Amino acid sequence: MKYMLMMNTPGGGPYQIASWPEQDIKAHIAFMMNFNKKLSAAGELVGAEGLSGPDQAKVVRAGAHGEPITDGVFPESKEFLAGYWIVDVETPERAYAIAAAASAAPGPGGKPLNLAIEVRQVMTGPPTDWTPGT
Amino acid sequence: MTARLDDSAQDLLRDLAPKVLGALLRRYRDFGGCEDAVQEALIAAGLQWPSQGLPDSPMGWLITVATRRLTDQVRADTARRLREQLVVSLIPADEQIARIADAAGVNERDETLDLYFMCCHPALSSASQIALTLRAVGGLTTAEIAQAFLVPEATMAQRLTRAKATIKSAGSTFPELTPADRTFRLPAVLTVLYLVFSEGYTSSGGDQLYRVDLSNEAIRVARLLFELLPDEPEVGGLLALMLLTDARRASRTGPNGELIPLDVQDRANWDRARIAEGTRILERALLRKRAGPYQIQAAIAALHDEADSTETTDWRQILGLYDSLLQFNNGPMVRLSRTIALAMVEGPAAGLSALDAIALDPCSSIRHRIDSARAHLLERAGQHAEAIRYYRQAAQRTTSTPEQNYLLLHAARLSDSFNA
Repeated sequence: MKYMLMMNTPGGGPYQIASWPEQDIKAHIAFMMNFNKKLSAAGELVGAEGLSGPDQAKVVRAGAHGEPITDGVFPESKEFLAGYWIVDVETPERAYAIAAAASAAPGPGGKPLNLAIEVRQVMTGPPTDWTPGT
Repeated sequence: MTARLDDSAQDLLRDLAPKVLGALLRRYRDFGGCEDAVQEALIAAGLQWPSQGLPDSPMGWLITVATRRLTDQVRADTARRLREQLVVSLIPADEQIARIADAAGVNERDETLDLYFMCCHPALSSASQIALTLRAVGGLTTAEIAQAFLVPEATMAQRLTRAKATIKSAGSTFPELTPADRTFRLPAVLTVLYLVFSEGYTSSGGDQLYRVDLSNEAIRVARLLFELLPDEPEVGGLLALMLLTDARRASRTGPNGELIPLDVQDRANWDRARIAEGTRILERALLRKRAGPYQIQAAIAALHDEADSTETTDWRQILGLYDSLLQFNNGPMVRLSRTIALAMVEGPAAGLSALDAIALDPCSSIRHRIDSARAHLLERAGQHAEAIRYYRQAAQRTTSTPEQNYLLLHAARLSDSFNA
């Protein structure tokens, strides 16, 4: 089963990596690269992407004639999606364990950040034995 | 895991691909159908050659297989292709194949060349031009192209199908190009090859094992074009630019993919053979006295390549070359690069005021580059607090992870020494 692990970071909170000392940034980058390598080597990684910052984000809705109406940007948003992983694992517990490992990524002074990781199962097609009315 | 073709057989296959396609088109005209048939022949070769060995005549083998696939396809598609079926079926299959093989070499050069122009049809988006060029001229499979661009194979297959449908609906048969058409489309062909080359740098992360190296493919295809058009100085200029840039590739990134800027690269690791070859091709192109943007950029790359360090680089000449380049392209990226050269010649203050002029009409795609250049010049001018601010702003604005990491780490290093 596939799960999406979404790393949410507070807009003004502890994930302001730009203000960390060099060695802490280095440790954080190394952790993340190694984390993805290990997931890939375990055959569990489906995909992972980092997203650009909320200061470039726009919210779009269709207008009366289907034209895009954009709103934003939102540099001051309370929380934003910094990136995500999609993993293919045997049990939900394994997905939670992976999320916990990501959450413990090192921050300033090498201390774990304990970021909130939202875990959501990815929807699938119908089961092979599916019949209507059962 | 089934056996794979070794590298030399793979190269042979890809080099033959446009010639086989040219041979088929000479006979059957239908670009979409012929292109599909050649693709199937290439896949068949990839499956059969590793176990059965290379055929005596690889080109003949590919033409035979591709022709069979094409005639099968024509026979199967009776309604829409009734006319072609009649024409094809009048001649026995073996005789058809023999005729095609005999005709090879007559106008081979022009028809291989026209493939490049066909793939860069003005009705196509640049993403489609790139995909089609890699398949028809580069001989890559759809799966390989999809992997190289990190998109699903079905997406790439659809992009290619739509590209061929677009060419067909634009009324293009093959070949119908006049010399004027070729002159008009040559810049588009060069742009596509340069985009493929650059893509090889930007998507160079991830699992490399079975991924086609796009920069090497771009160089290979540019070499083929250069053989076909040795007297076009901009074709030589483009090939030289690729070689002179690629010579620095190994030094450009560290073991974990981190960016290493020009001024601290280990120049002993630059590929001297590539530099020598690029320089030779560039000098030959320059003799024709028809300057163009690729020759000028290649000349700039050559000046970097021949210097021992940033300090001993001939920045004055580089500045002059950027001034010439502005006559062909006065976009913000060229103006920004010129500013860096200006700062190396006249000092950071001159660079900073030139930067202000560019920042007046900021194009969003280069905003972070302007920030990063400003940070660099401020650092050189000793204004560290301001430099840190702009490095961080650039880090926030870039959409490239390695570049973001580089900018963040540079700002942190400066900040650490500033606080110490």
